[in-house]
Amino acid sequence: MLRYALKRLLSLTLSLAVASVVIFAVIEVAPGDPASFMLGVNAQADTLAALRAELGLDVSKVERYFNWVGGMLVGDFGTSYTYRTPVSQMIADRLWVSLPLALYALTLSTLIAFPAGIYAAARRGKPGDVAVMGATQLGIAVPNFWFAMMLVLVFAINLRWFNAGGFAGWEDGVWTGLHSLTLPAIALALPQAAILARVMRSALLDILAEDFMRTARAKGLSRRQALWRHGVRNALIPVLTIIGLQFSFLLAGSIIIEQVFYLPGLGRLVFQAISARDLIVVESVVMLLVFAVIMVNFLVDLAYAAVDPRLRSRT
Amino acid sequence: MNLLQIKNLSLAIHDTPILKRINLSVAAGQIVAVTGESGSGKSMIALAVMQLLPNGAEVDGELRLDGQNLLNRPEAEMCALRGAAIGMVFQEPMTALNPVKTIGDQVMETILIHKAMPPAKARVRAEEVLARVGLPTDRYPMTRYPHELSGGQRQRVVIAMAIALRPRLLIADEPTTALDVTTQAQILDLLKGLVSEYGMGLLMITHDLAVVADMADEIVVMRHGEVVETGVTDHLLRHMQHAYTRMLFEASGHQVNLPVPPEPRPLLEVDNVVRDYRLPRKRLFDAPGHHRAVNQVSFTLNRGERLGLVGESGCGKSTLTRAILGLEEVQNGRISLDGQPVFTGHKPNLAVRRKMQVVFQDPYGSFNPRHRVARLITEPFHLLDTSPTGSERQDRVAEMLTAVGLSPDDASRFIHEFSGGQRQRIAIARALIIRPELILFDEAVSALDVSVRAQILDLLAELCSIYDLTYLFISHDLSVVRTITDRVLVMQDGQIVEQGETEQVFSRPQHPYTRTLIDAAPSLPEIGQGAA
Repeated sequence: MLRYALKRLLSLTLSLAVASVVIFAVIEVAPGDPASFMLGVNAQADTLAALRAELGLDVSKVERYFNWVGGMLVGDFGTSYTYRTPVSQMIADRLWVSLPLALYALTLSTLIAFPAGIYAAARRGKPGDVAVMGATQLGIAVPNFWFAMMLVLVFAINLRWFNAGGFAGWEDGVWTGLHSLTLPAIALALPQAAILARVMRSALLDILAEDFMRTARAKGLSRRQALWRHGVRNALIPVLTIIGLQFSFLLAGSIIIEQVFYLPGLGRLVFQAISARDLIVVESVVMLLVFAVIMVNFLVDLAYAAVDPRLRSRT
Repeated sequence: MNLLQIKNLSLAIHDTPILKRINLSVAAGQIVAVTGESGSGKSMIALAVMQLLPNGAEVDGELRLDGQNLLNRPEAEMCALRGAAIGMVFQEPMTALNPVKTIGDQVMETILIHKAMPPAKARVRAEEVLARVGLPTDRYPMTRYPHELSGGQRQRVVIAMAIALRPRLLIADEPTTALDVTTQAQILDLLKGLVSEYGMGLLMITHDLAVVADMADEIVVMRHGEVVETGVTDHLLRHMQHAYTRMLFEASGHQVNLPVPPEPRPLLEVDNVVRDYRLPRKRLFDAPGHHRAVNQVSFTLNRGERLGLVGESGCGKSTLTRAILGLEEVQNGRISLDGQPVFTGHKPNLAVRRKMQVVFQDPYGSFNPRHRVARLITEPFHLLDTSPTGSERQDRVAEMLTAVGLSPDDASRFIHEFSGGQRQRIAIARALIIRPELILFDEAVSALDVSVRAQILDLLAELCSIYDLTYLFISHDLSVVRTITDRVLVMQDGQIVEQGETEQVFSRPQHPYTRTLIDAAPSLPEIGQGAA
């Protein structure tokens, strides 16, 4: 198991190194010089040169790459071209919104999807299954911002249980923070839960057809006992894969929801940085997202091995 | 009173009749074998007794265990009986165990689910039964997972689960069909021992008549959902009444007459062949290990000769077959057909490959379901430089279909319209259509019912005299190899341990392993003596 983890860790590090080169190269080839963009077309040549020096743009590309990577390793992501503040601070602020939101949404989606998927699989073809599958079909088809608007309409405007937007911050306690993230988390979670429930159902149906489920029944387990003791854990592998993918998506893909709810999250930061050609911010956020995705995949790999003993011995 | 009494049992699934008025009984300490070909409904009897029938099943009749009717019992009561009063062993040991739970947990589960004893005692009992089935915990710890065991060992675990609570009735559905002959012999011995030791009744379902004759006190022969004949084993074997029973036994011992092979002229030469597989490294900087699947194998297959290759699973038969076909490169030695190597450099030699064809085991999985038969059997044409077109192509298709006993009109049909035996005929037609020098039959009749198998063997013998076939017949079934080959190779752990004239090897085996194989294979008694 340890060797399996170390091997995964090694491949994780390699992926990160490759990703950093690719991200740097891609963003560097994008046309437009940040310094001239910032100073406008009428800038003086010497002002431009001074700004380029200040931003660290006057050295060779290789040197800039290593400056960038080396900085990131010690937590220095450089200085934003537009806001003139440290990128690490900007990202950290946004991360305190986006990360809890993503985790919140993922937890909700899992809490909805597992029971729904298991329930549907256990009642395959019966009205309960049809109802759950119909609901998931709807959940996948309807875009999450529509859910968001409906939630605002019902729970913020009519019932006044929640604020219609904005983030209260964590200073007044965890509860206040979570409260202001609840509606966006639900809006994000619903479509994800629909996908996850369908995956859970089909994975479980595959398992229910396996020979060992029949063996379990022959031992005297009831249908329900067999499903829970032998079915669910075996069905987890495909489900874990999807959960990993969903987390990566939720972390940065929630830009529309962030807009609807006026949340200062990562998605909005990237959006603003791209429009302002603030390359250093874009680079850093993208690198951070790559790191998150690779990290999540690593955790999913470890979870696979925890679930399935066959993966532990295979190296 | 009988332990299990089945009276007038009828079963329909979604209104399709499956079983028709079945009568049979099993007494304590008795082994009753239900036999018949696929589709005869024999497995459904087992599932009916367990009340684990598929959805849409309607049952009628009487099914009594110890005098109590099992039909229409509430599900909760059946759960209490399954595993405790009735144990069941299934066919496929590779998939019958949950891959993510240890074997100890799985055996203990049978005990704990019935709350038969507290967990500490259940653990002791699980150790006892695992030891009884031949998996003592000092050598096979209960923390092992199924994938760490062989097929035979897994079947022992399945048996341990079934007998953990000493059920009065044990049902075994094709318990040894997926196993090698030597493993099969051990498992059958184990089952016999358990029956006499615990006084259990054993209802055994199997298509293998040799196993039936060997094991059973009483035989029930089924066909199309009906019992055609039943009786005490010795008596039934000597006085078969029903034509179908007679046909079954004759078909499973079916003999064919091969034409005399021509003067030896080497066609396939395998010289000192070694095939290594790389194993994963144990540590990061260690040299990777090797597994030698084929170890210095040499033999010659003469033109017009029928050569058999027997051995147990994992002995290297399939690897050798792949090497001969040029699908894998060998690490040492040389394989040549008609003097030309099958591998030149690191690339397979296509000029040689077009002279070989192969027929696989699974008649269901080896065809593309979206192509028509004509397209399927002309597939090998792409190996030729100029493949026949137009009417010549159609003539070849018609000729081949006729040769394998089908009609030329079948060319426009899809593969799902054919039975397993017909599909295997189509596979043979596909192999023959480019008139290859050599055909490899890889377990080509293993998945077929005995009566169909007999027909395919007859077809092969007939094709031998028409087309002068040269083939390598790979099988684990010794009785088939004995009748369909002139010479035989016996393979063990990657090596050929014995080779010679088939009849000679079978009647006077020299190598101890060959003897073990032949002794382990259950044999059919001389049938029909005294029937006249």
